Amino acid sequence: MKKIIKILKQTGDFAENKDVAKDLRLKKIMPALLKSNGVILDFKGVNGATQSFIHALISDPIRELKDRAFDNLSYKNTNDAIREIISIVYRYMQESLDGNDDK
Amino acid sequence: MKVFLSNQGNLRNFKSFTESIDLSHPDKLEITTHDKWVTVHPANLVLAAALAMKVGKDNTEITGKVPETGRYLDRMGLYELTKTSSPFIYRKKEEAGRFLPIKVIKDSQGQSRFITDMVPLLHLSEKNATVVKYIIGELVRNVLEHSFADDGAIVAAQYYKKTNRVSIGICDTGIGIWKSMWKYWRPKTDIDAIKLALTPGITGTTRREGGTSENAGAGLFFIKSIAKISRNYFVVYSGSAEYTLLKHDKRVKNKPRLYADPNRDPHSETNTSSDFQGTLVAVDISLDETPEFNDLLASIGEVYHQAIRERKKEKYRKPKFI
Repeated sequence: MKKIIKILKQTGDFAENKDVAKDLRLKKIMPALLKSNGVILDFKGVNGATQSFIHALISDPIRELKDRAFDNLSYKNTNDAIREIISIVYRYMQESLDGNDDK
Repeated sequence: MKVFLSNQGNLRNFKSFTESIDLSHPDKLEITTHDKWVTVHPANLVLAAALAMKVGKDNTEITGKVPETGRYLDRMGLYELTKTSSPFIYRKKEEAGRFLPIKVIKDSQGQSRFITDMVPLLHLSEKNATVVKYIIGELVRNVLEHSFADDGAIVAAQYYKKTNRVSIGICDTGIGIWKSMWKYWRPKTDIDAIKLALTPGITGTTRREGGTSENAGAGLFFIKSIAKISRNYFVVYSGSAEYTLLKHDKRVKNKPRLYADPNRDPHSETNTSSDFQGTLVAVDISLDETPEFNDLLASIGEVYHQAIRERKKEKYRKPKFI
């Protein structure tokens, strides 16, 4: 079963509130991924997002759940800028997945 | 304390502004201006406003002869933070300029409201509004999350039609960058702390690559990079240090190159400015020079990614050849 999260409803047309991102991550994204359910983040109507927002939304699922997050998280209705930010977060999180001895 | 607002208030001259501030006697603030012409960047304004809020309205005054151009200080809301009555009288209709007066933001709901409300005030296109929203969103969030400032984030912005440029200043009187970086990075000086904060992937909340669930250490690097690509100034002032990214020469046709190391960017720096307890970040964005936002992000993202890769490589164990 796939869970669809409509970002616009939570953030308005510009997604910058990290408290909202954290809330979505803890209450909706992580619980669904932990059950190996699919999660679709739907950005319909969202014109922009900060890197901080996207990081707060998805970096922890990637770090904690790795393939389970990659396999089950998907993104819908993203414009080019949001797509680019999500890709940046994916790249640097994967780059940092190993070799993290200093906590 | 004394702040002098000159006739050259722009980011190019910001260093001389910070060097001219007198932060002695921190219980009162006296603001003076050039007697014939006053020009202020939002950065000058928010710094004066932050100090005024710190000492309180009753202990802040604007003294001496303020020229006619000083009415801008009134329109931007500086007089409201002082016990001095504004000498300027004008019709409210004149206020329909493209500026964001001094505004205090204390929480994330306030930040979201401000970002929604500011776009009509600046009359920006959707493309340009996204860049400005991005910058203000990241900078205000930095203050709310890392500064521990009682007065929150103090923000002002101005659109200059003639040069098609937006200038933004954000200031707080919180713990400053040095204290914010101290726990994990132990910077020796204020300027070291600022450079750490500008380095991609370095955050004051962890030494771990990739950051924490909330912080990646990307915010200031992204904004410095936006300023660089749009060939403009970017300033950070905290403690006794000030870092100014210098304007990229417009005669050089190639796109400005981004560097992870802030030392490689053309910049000026000082570690001997007046010791300001807090942080100020200011940026100019030339809207004519700003490429499509996703292209801009792609360039920044590539450098960010490369920086993390390089730093990770440095940690690799080396073979022992005997």
